[in-house]
Amino acid sequence: MQEAGSKSRVSSPLWLLLELTYRCPLHCVYCSNPVNYTRHMNELSTETWMRVMREAREIGAAQLGFSGGEPLMRDDLEVLVKEARSLGFYTNLITSGVGLNEKRIATLRENGLDHIQLSFQDSTRELNDFLSHTKTFELKLNIARMVKRQGYPIVLNVVLHRQNIDHIEQILDMAERLEVDYLELANTQYYGWAFLNREHLLPSREQIARAEEATARFRERVRERIRVFFVVPDYYEERPKPCMNGWGAVFLAIGADGVALPCHQARMLPGIDFPHVDKASIRWIWYESPAFNRFRGFDWMGEPCRSCPERFKDFGGCRCQAFLVTGDPANTDPVCSLSPMHYKILKAVERAQRQTPRPERPLMFRDDRNSRELSSR
Amino acid sequence: MPQTTAELAPGDVPFIPARCRMQWEPAQQSYVLLFPEGMVKLSETAAEIMKRVDGANTVDAIVRSLEQAYPGADLRADVVEFLKTSHARGWIKIQGK
Repeated sequence: MQEAGSKSRVSSPLWLLLELTYRCPLHCVYCSNPVNYTRHMNELSTETWMRVMREAREIGAAQLGFSGGEPLMRDDLEVLVKEARSLGFYTNLITSGVGLNEKRIATLRENGLDHIQLSFQDSTRELNDFLSHTKTFELKLNIARMVKRQGYPIVLNVVLHRQNIDHIEQILDMAERLEVDYLELANTQYYGWAFLNREHLLPSREQIARAEEATARFRERVRERIRVFFVVPDYYEERPKPCMNGWGAVFLAIGADGVALPCHQARMLPGIDFPHVDKASIRWIWYESPAFNRFRGFDWMGEPCRSCPERFKDFGGCRCQAFLVTGDPANTDPVCSLSPMHYKILKAVERAQRQTPRPERPLMFRDDRNSRELSSR
Repeated sequence: MPQTTAELAPGDVPFIPARCRMQWEPAQQSYVLLFPEGMVKLSETAAEIMKRVDGANTVDAIVRSLEQAYPGADLRADVVEFLKTSHARGWIKIQGK
């Protein structure tokens, strides 16, 4: 769809992510929800979510992710899935599995849920329980079996970080015992709570190398039984990721309180008025809103991105990462070695090489109390 | 990361696995293949091939059906190549394999 006067062609938001709620029974220290999520707890009604889905579908959205917080905390999840499927969306549930029972998963299946991505429960205590093969493991095994019985593959997403990466062998062993079909070992990226807890979470080069080796051996052993993906934190890269394929390019996220975002982190960026789904149509939000046009195309770029041949490949990287690390979302993503602020990433990486890093802050668990406290500072 | 795939035999019966879905997308005016958290736009040719991947047609039957639809075209090699690529990417599976 051509936009009058635009230099780049704006296409459909192929990917729609709905953060149905910020409520969650878990307290993951790497959670990518905003640290101030307690300010955004006024959730949307079922009717509003249905309208959002319809409007997004009308402008070409095809993939839909139900996420949160924990989407299972919404009682209307089953009807939302049904509506999404009948609209022609491919529906993905991104969940910890906590709260899943036979009845719910059977209904979700009946209502046309296409895909389930299970995340690994994680807090230091839960990790220890899991690794010592107790009640937590049994619970996870039951969830995995339920999922399998309904004909879904078991897709397990495990977030790796400094606190668990040395247990990689045990994590791989547990994944095998759960009989997962797909295993994603995703080193955490640094947003939200993960950014807050960064010094506790960024692994050393050696830790990552060991984990990669263990994963390679595991792959050799399991062959085609389990498809394994290993994602390195981008702090260890020289070039940034093409975040969301570009600002407002293919991805549309709606926060739990109805704020529309080009990525689920963008809310933190200063000076941008993100539109609310109650105040404007999805069509206007996507194509016309100043927020969604703010970093579209290439005109907003300063150097070195502006004249860099790689800008067509990585779009200057991530605006949120540029803001978090350099203070200005219009800067080059400092992960890029061509960024004049790349040294900030290198400093963080250097500190992570220490055997015993001395973080300035204690590890902050994602919970309402911490969120409120951090929001008021 | 595509898995390596063996040669595709004429008698092989390909099918689209349950987690993949092909559908017409009005906004894109094309067929797409949807799979977990991803999608790929199908060219007209690719769509015509995939329409015939129904879990009953053999590779040979698919080729012959296309030859009937597009008389004069020598498409066996291209069709087999497309099916092999699709198989490597997990978009199709082979019965019994």
